[in-house]
Amino acid sequence: MQIFGTLLRRELAAFFLSITGYVIIASVTLLTSLSFVVLIAGVGTNSFTAPVTEMFYSTFFFWLIVLLVAPVITMRLFALEKSAGTFETLMTTQVGDLQVVAAKFAAAIIFYMVAWLPMLVCLLIVRHFTNQSGALDAGTVGGMYVGIFLTGCLFLALGCFASAISRSQMAAAMISFVLGVSFFSLGFLAKSIPVTAQWQTQALSYFSLFDQMDDFARGVVDTRTVIFYAGVTFFFLFLTLRVVESRRWK
Amino acid sequence: MIQVSNLTKRYAGRTAVSDISFHVARGEIVGLLGPNGAGKSTTMRILSSYLPATSGTVRVAGFDVFYESVEVRRRIGFMPENNPLYPEMRVREYLKFRARLKGLGGRRSRERVTTVMEQCGLTDVSRRIIGQLSKGYRQRVGLADALVHEPELIILDEPTIGLDPHQIRSVRQLIKSLAGKHTVLISTHILPEAEMMCSRMVIMFGGKILAADTPENLQKLMQGSSQIVAEIAARATELNAAFSQLSDVEKFDVSASEGEFQRCALTPRDGCDLRPAVFALARERGWILRELTRSRHSLEDIYVQVTKPEEEN
Repeated sequence: MQIFGTLLRRELAAFFLSITGYVIIASVTLLTSLSFVVLIAGVGTNSFTAPVTEMFYSTFFFWLIVLLVAPVITMRLFALEKSAGTFETLMTTQVGDLQVVAAKFAAAIIFYMVAWLPMLVCLLIVRHFTNQSGALDAGTVGGMYVGIFLTGCLFLALGCFASAISRSQMAAAMISFVLGVSFFSLGFLAKSIPVTAQWQTQALSYFSLFDQMDDFARGVVDTRTVIFYAGVTFFFLFLTLRVVESRRWK
Repeated sequence: MIQVSNLTKRYAGRTAVSDISFHVARGEIVGLLGPNGAGKSTTMRILSSYLPATSGTVRVAGFDVFYESVEVRRRIGFMPENNPLYPEMRVREYLKFRARLKGLGGRRSRERVTTVMEQCGLTDVSRRIIGQLSKGYRQRVGLADALVHEPELIILDEPTIGLDPHQIRSVRQLIKSLAGKHTVLISTHILPEAEMMCSRMVIMFGGKILAADTPENLQKLMQGSSQIVAEIAARATELNAAFSQLSDVEKFDVSASEGEFQRCALTPRDGCDLRPAVFALARERGWILRELTRSRHSLEDIYVQVTKPEEEN
């Protein structure tokens, strides 16, 4: 546990004590604010019945941020250590492979959640000017952050895997971006195949991240969805662990 | 402390280390010597259980590096080639991080970090960012890291590479001071370095061990053919005549030096010392003798000889 804590602190420090970390936070903030402006402009002209959080997802900005930012956050994790050689100093101490993977992933998800915090300010502004608590209640905001957390876990786990299999940060970012976009696109496939293909539609609908996020934004947390996200996350973290271990395979 | 038996490491299509065996006793400083690509780094990586061996067994402090990897890693301090560090961290912060990673408690790690910083002369730069330090200081940070948890075995891969003579000297001093308390394994391709620091040397070439002994013994091995050089003021013909009468001289060569001096190179017959005989000769004949030396075979010669490709031997 001490080792995990030490590793986690060091990984977090690498995010928060580097210029890259703040560039990422600033970028996320810029994009959320931009989507907020688009949203407000829309509200000004049309009347909406949906909660603000839900409308936020309909702007596509959310997915742009997740798909772009996750690879940038995770590309450093293993690839940089390998290319700089620090992976060797790290792995020749008594740390376990699991501790390393867990600490790196935990640091990434913590940083990712911190990058989303400025969005709360946007929501507070809406609340202040509309004076309607119904526009924004704890349930929908909570649901939204659960959604952000779960999608984050999934895409960051993909990113960890991509970083573990490459020595170059650029390659890691590209691989994780491509994996992420493919994953995201799978959901749309469900809409375009004929309804007669029963089980295929059913299977693909689980990959429909877009619709699932809609649910979260309305404050609906579906157990199936949670299990799906957690399952995929663990699967990719498991693969990452195997990649890290593979060095010692005979 | 280290027991390597029949170690082989094959990468795809290339054998880096082939069937080597050696051992290192507790408290020894042993140098792993060889040109680039001899398999030194690979051997060290296997010893520190970073890479698995293709075949053969390696035991460190009685633990197998493959099956009891954690126990082995607990007992070693490893500084890899090129000494990788986290450039964005501060010196003290980095050493503290490493100490905690190696399982030292809060207070103990503070104490140890202070001690190794003093030992390695880092106290002045404790708050500096590693990326901004000079190479010499960074090397010392790497050394301090290897020492911080007081490991039984310290493995240093090319610890003095890229340093200026001043820094090399201080790093050597530091390593020498570790003898007795710790077992140290150093790799280097610089001979005088190994000669100065190590109590025993293992010479590697092309993935094989060519020789393993103390620097003195390796030298003795070569002494049979060590030459005598004398500068004597006399006529060359006289010298030639005198030397050919000495029974212990196998061959000699007289060449003109400055002024009336002649430079004489004499090879003894079976490793005996020719110097007293040459001095006696000069006194007897009343020659002026201004230089009389035995060219000590430096390890350089041994090294060149043993690492020479087969066909030249």
